[in-house]
Amino acid sequence: MTKFEPVLTRNTRYPDSEKIATYLAHGGYETARSAVKMQPDAIIEMVKRSGLRGRGGAGFPAGVKWGFMPTDAPQKIVAVNTDEGEPGTFKDREIVERDPHSVIEGVIIAAYAVGANRAYVYIRGEFFLGVKRWIKAIADAYEQGCLGKNIFGSGFDLDMSVHRGAGAYICGEETAMIESLEGKRGSPRLKPPYPAQIGLFGLPTLVHNIETLACIPHIVGRGPEWFAGIGTAESKGPKIFSVSGHVNQPGNYELPLGISLREIIYEYAGGMRGGRALKAVIPGGASTPMLTASQVDVPMAFETLKAAGSELGTGAIVVMDETTCMVEAACRLSKFFAHESCGRCTPCRVGSVRLYEILERIRRGKGQKDDIEFILEIARGIDGNTFCPMGAALVNPARSAIQHFRDEFEYHIANQRCPVSGKPN
Amino acid sequence: MPTINITIDGRKIQAEAGQTVLQAARAAGIFIPVLCEHPALPPEGACRICLVEVEKQRALQPACTFPATEGMAAFTRSPRVMAARKFTLELLVSDHPLDCMTCDATGNCLLQDLAYEYGVTGDRFKGKQHNYPVTDPNPFIQVDRNKCILCRRCVRACQNVNGVEAISVFYRGFNAYIGFGADGAMQDSPCEFCGSCVAVCPTGALWPKMSIGKGRPWQTKTVDTICSYCGVGCKLTLHVKDNEIVRVEGAPDGPANHGWTCVKGRFGYDYVHHPDRVLRPKVRRYLLDGKKKSRKGAAWEWVETDWDTALDITARRMLQVREETGPDSIGVLTSAKCLNEENYLMNKFARQVVGTNNIDHCARL
Ligand SMILES: Cc1cc2nc3c(=O)[nH]c(=O)nc-3n(C[C@H](O)[C@H](O)[C@H](O)COP(=O)(O)O)c2cc1C
Ligand code: SF4
Ligand code: SF4
Ligand code: SF4
Ligand code: FES
Repeated sequence: MTKFEPVLTRNTRYPDSEKIATYLAHGGYETARSAVKMQPDAIIEMVKRSGLRGRGGAGFPAGVKWGFMPTDAPQKIVAVNTDEGEPGTFKDREIVERDPHSVIEGVIIAAYAVGANRAYVYIRGEFFLGVKRWIKAIADAYEQGCLGKNIFGSGFDLDMSVHRGAGAYICGEETAMIESLEGKRGSPRLKPPYPAQIGLFGLPTLVHNIETLACIPHIVGRGPEWFAGIGTAESKGPKIFSVSGHVNQPGNYELPLGISLREIIYEYAGGMRGGRALKAVIPGGASTPMLTASQVDVPMAFETLKAAGSELGTGAIVVMDETTCMVEAACRLSKFFAHESCGRCTPCRVGSVRLYEILERIRRGKGQKDDIEFILEIARGIDGNTFCPMGAALVNPARSAIQHFRDEFEYHIANQRCPVSGKPN
Repeated sequence: MPTINITIDGRKIQAEAGQTVLQAARAAGIFIPVLCEHPALPPEGACRICLVEVEKQRALQPACTFPATEGMAAFTRSPRVMAARKFTLELLVSDHPLDCMTCDATGNCLLQDLAYEYGVTGDRFKGKQHNYPVTDPNPFIQVDRNKCILCRRCVRACQNVNGVEAISVFYRGFNAYIGFGADGAMQDSPCEFCGSCVAVCPTGALWPKMSIGKGRPWQTKTVDTICSYCGVGCKLTLHVKDNEIVRVEGAPDGPANHGWTCVKGRFGYDYVHHPDRVLRPKVRRYLLDGKKKSRKGAAWEWVETDWDTALDITARRMLQVREETGPDSIGVLTSAKCLNEENYLMNKFARQVVGTNNIDHCARL
């Protein structure tokens, strides 16, 4: 294995990496300084050529999204998504706590390219340190002339401020985040119109995850070809993988897209804890379907994970060993989604609870004969029929667990206990 | 609007560009069920009962928000559509009281109609159910959150029609419910009791308190009338049982109100059958007896009489006053409850018959 030279996390090896002095000492804001003198179109073109896809979960091509921003609107906004609610994901938290200036630099370039003079940060309310770091970083950036009026003497103005969320997974969804930023109930909006047409306060809005934004200075600074040289055919660039669960060294690992799941687990995350056997992996955060141990050679890229029946999502890898009860795993994840439904549409609001209730009774050894078919039927009733993508997400844990570990569900129902622990859970 | 050609359930129809699939279907007389959609309110797309299959679309699409486009084909009753709708209804009904026997909305409830059509009985999902107390103390509207399907019609009516924003959704997911103001009693919120929320509620979650137990839709007859309270002239539909008004709705075809009313038109009808209501004119006894004015004893009492007698006395006294102290001793005050024609005539009466400019109207007070 050749060592991958970190890009997004390169600064975190320095002490006080979150400070603006550290950032400036290592070439920080130099790319933004030159970018605000470039042709905006040329920057958008670079982002398109880089092949960068969103790191917030959906993987939408960033440059294409920039191209959707109208050129004739007098006021535009960049909204910075630091909500990071997806269970298993903790990369954004590390970025904002340890290198917030890399995101601000990305925001400056993005705002300049799409013609926005206002940026709003939305951050998950529980990220107490993250909130502090955001506020401090923005204040320091103002002081250094990186934000505010006439940035780097270019004539370009950009104001930026932080808004704390109140603790809802759904507020990470871009239109719910916009509602929340407007001070309203966090619930998704009807699309179209998309945020690039009518977003925050009715203005065209570019929404990005902060890992996506942190890639921007590198694309513009080192060139799109360099960025596109990392990764696979459809998944370009470096990616921070959050690894959690039954591994020896859980944590964030920045690696090129396309690296195999096996390599991440065994080479970087220190292998399986206690030498136990791998049973299942969630490759992209709680909303992505599980994979089995037999699929561990899959390259971690958008297209390869899709072919394997899952998704790259946020790149959050949850590793489960042989001591894991898959009914319990599905049950817990389903409970999370039922708790986080915004309640707007019927299939998600009520269906998520009914799904959880059936999983819960199987887990407690009270499962009924047709419960597996019942779960699959509920999943079919929810998937694709909801107002926002949450519905499709919430059925994934149960459906993929049944797909790969049906015998375990059957055992629970037939024997009123768990084949792994020997007891009802 | 330019017309476009679309196909719904194999039928070729013409639609207007910009219409949703639902609007196009409705115009062509094709029925698609709705719960959260209401023609007078902004689209919501939340209940998912209007899902239809659209050619080239992987997922089912809500007819109430999906735009009709040239050449499209939609299927409103395919097996996939019917299964998805039934599933949604089963979910709704799984957290619903099912007391249709005593529910006032029976016969007037979209959920009941759809459960009937789709054969949904309520035994599919056994699980958690809500048991909200039905205790909102306001005098007009019963709030039964157990019957609420969270369609947000009421929220949108209050916000977009009445412009009051008294209603919103509190908490989230399965625990979401509608509430008033800062989640208190309706009367402590900005609510004006216009009842627009009641008018649009598709179930029995919001219901006029005065109408509870007063009759099923098929036991009442309807009488259209114009509201007697003010000069706006809202058209009302009275629901009448045994010659008693049991409920009032705004008539959707009322040119002045398009189905909406204020609190008086919708809830202010109890005077009609009230025992204290004055049905015939009354005069002071001393006037009836042709005696001198006296504020004492029986002479000052009100006595019921007929219109001719009352008007004769009034005319006589007005002439007397005019002769004794001049026309400007008389003033005329007219009412917004009168028709324009009546107000016009009173103006003529004051200026030309009495001879005074002392005429005014209650709307200026
Ligand atoms: C239920 C739900 C939750 C989401 N949560 C987040 C989140 O916490 N953080 C995030 O960046 N994106 C989240 N997203 C994705 C956003 O809607 C949006 O696609 C993303 O912020 C766009 O940025 P990107 O293109 O840089 O990925 C979520 C989406 C859904 C449907
Ligand atoms: S699927 Fe519906 S209820 Fe669930 S989060 Fe999205 S809009 Fe809310
Ligand atoms: S009665 Fe009128 S003002 Fe009151 S909550 Fe209902 S719609 Fe709003
Ligand atoms: S009270 Fe009625 S109108 Fe309001 S959300 Fe509930 S069901 Fe809909
Ligand atoms: S009527 Fe279309 S989603 Fe409710």
